[in-house]
Amino acid sequence: MKDSINQDPMFKQLVSAIKSSQVTRRTALAGLGASATALTLAACAPAATKKELTPAKDLSATEKSIIWHNWSLYMDEDDSGNHPTLQKFEAQTGIKVEYKVEIDDNDTYFSKVQKQLAQGQDIGADVACPTEWMAAKWIQSGFVQKYDAANIPNKANLAPAYLGAAHDPNRDYSMPYQGILAGITYNKVEYKKATGKDSPTSLEDLWNPALKGRVGVLSEMRDTIGLILMAQGIDITSESSLTEDAFMNAIDFFAGKVSDGQIARIKGNSYSEDLENGDTIAAIAWSGDTVQLNLSAGNEKYGFFIPESGTTISADSFVVPMGATHKANVEELINYYYDPKVAAELAAWVNYVTPVVGAKEEAMKIDPALAENQLIFPTEDFLKNTHGFRALSAEESVKFSQAFQDVLLGA
Amino acid sequence: MAIAAFGHSGGAKPHKSSSPSRGSGKVALLLLAPGLLYLAIFYVAPLFSLVLTSLQTIDYSTGVPVYQYGFEIGNYVNVISQYGEQVGRSFIYAFFATIAALLISYPLAYFIGVKARRFPLIQSLMLTLVIAPFFISFLLRTFAWKQIFSNESWIVTTLQSIGVLASDQYLVGTPFLVIFGLTYNFIPFMTLPLYTSLERLDIRYLEAGADLYANPRKVFRKVTLPLSMPGIVSGTLLTFIPIAGDYVNASGLFLGSTQTSMLGNVVESKFLKSYDYPTASALSVILMGVIMLLVTFYVRKSGTDDLL
Repeated sequence: MKDSINQDPMFKQLVSAIKSSQVTRRTALAGLGASATALTLAACAPAATKKELTPAKDLSATEKSIIWHNWSLYMDEDDSGNHPTLQKFEAQTGIKVEYKVEIDDNDTYFSKVQKQLAQGQDIGADVACPTEWMAAKWIQSGFVQKYDAANIPNKANLAPAYLGAAHDPNRDYSMPYQGILAGITYNKVEYKKATGKDSPTSLEDLWNPALKGRVGVLSEMRDTIGLILMAQGIDITSESSLTEDAFMNAIDFFAGKVSDGQIARIKGNSYSEDLENGDTIAAIAWSGDTVQLNLSAGNEKYGFFIPESGTTISADSFVVPMGATHKANVEELINYYYDPKVAAELAAWVNYVTPVVGAKEEAMKIDPALAENQLIFPTEDFLKNTHGFRALSAEESVKFSQAFQDVLLGA
Repeated sequence: MAIAAFGHSGGAKPHKSSSPSRGSGKVALLLLAPGLLYLAIFYVAPLFSLVLTSLQTIDYSTGVPVYQYGFEIGNYVNVISQYGEQVGRSFIYAFFATIAALLISYPLAYFIGVKARRFPLIQSLMLTLVIAPFFISFLLRTFAWKQIFSNESWIVTTLQSIGVLASDQYLVGTPFLVIFGLTYNFIPFMTLPLYTSLERLDIRYLEAGADLYANPRKVFRKVTLPLSMPGIVSGTLLTFIPIAGDYVNASGLFLGSTQTSMLGNVVESKFLKSYDYPTASALSVILMGVIMLLVTFYVRKSGTDDLL
């Protein structure tokens, strides 16, 4: 569960501190002892008064490398475990990419890197892809570097839907990697057996007593509560509709479903295991995974649908922390993935919503069926039913996530 | 204190007659230095830091938590009022799992240590089997149990068909399965100390008991049990303490659900999900304090101070 120690940001910081001071082994050891004490003290020291962070010196010209933190099942992979699109990028540019699956959950990832991030130090990654709401928090706190648009000519291919976001209207700090669509994934055979119906049609169908103890939801608050809110007729994009009362009302509803045993599993990416071993029959899930699940099942075992009342859409976005020293390399990487051809190749594998205009046409050439898939290349009509969770104030964010986490603890 | 209770148990019969001279005291101190330094850096300092963190306040106004030094005793009050149920549940689960482990381990250890004494091969084979689960990761084993008891497994469907479970009842996520997992995972920690104390049991005492017209039950109660007390005490401590802080078995990712959260799950959530370090630290301090009190009481009560 724990990463090896040399992955730990604090350990890295310690190593670099020792490296940077040219010392003999003996003084290094003394230093290690002293830094250990210093670290313990630092752990409990009050955070220094908030200072304006500045970007680290860009060493891209001399160091052709990038360390990239991303989510699992989020990169094309061939049978021998290589990433074809990344390999092509490396061959094209000579930039070596160290691709690491480090993010399993936005909050957990943030808690791991926050100390270094907040001080503008190296977090062990030149680029990371947190979800929009987390990226927004980083941008608002001044933790990330501004992109140089001139280095990303393919930025012109960004789908207009992603422009105008409150936290980054011109996409100066965050560039969407993949769009994420939530919905309901269900086991077709088991669902029919349990309820007698072919497929669920609304979120209400998850609360069918026949499914008691066989329903899963995501541990991502904005998706699970977002869907519930929409089913209750709340507009999750609007501040006047999604009030604290409305949110807490949805939390109460959710807590009720958890405590009466209707909802049995609340998980992050690992919800797919429950669907696979039959623990859950239907679950609030992410669109791309359904395709993966069917692939590994070998048939169209699972269906995915979006409730009439609407669903949540978001994105995982490239951000460059202040302490990263290879921003220009990252810009080249982003530019590469914004090439419609590359985007289509990636979409064919990860099956998430691609934010790149022109990828659909390219996908047509690879596989027409793929290009027709609404979940990967949604039409405008389709997107009408998908909404982004509104930005939360600092106070709301704490209160809401606290309430959600308490339901998860049964407290 | 509990530590004191253990303290004089470790040093077996010091030679009081040869009191060390001044010179050798310095040498002893020098030899102790690495150990003391280790303790200071890896035990005292983190403990100090933990207590300080538990008294901090958090300022969320910027959106990113900023931790400020304080003397916020209120953290403890909040923790108890909000998560008292989870704290209580931890100790209740730990209690039942420890009892279950003792009931399973005692006959097992007795068999290995006493009955199998004449067959060294069987003895060592059985001991290996007790330790064998450790060759596989703790997480994997727990996960395997989850699969075995999953909703569609034959165990669950059989139990449902014979009416032990209702058709909409399952095993994963119930307190029963969490306690089962805890018992299973910590059984070796109970069996091994029991084995070491039973292995030294002198059969002649039992024979003497029988010669004095005690029935087997009485021999067990008056001879075997008291002689194996050190094993029971250390076995129960070695299982109870880690079980009370365990968060894997009760987690929704493994055998538990939201209805079975233990103290460890709250600490995990506070630390990793809410970045609420003060609350997490306060809970850890409470866990440590309660365990210390319970253990002190237990060691005193069982009168095994000098048996250990």
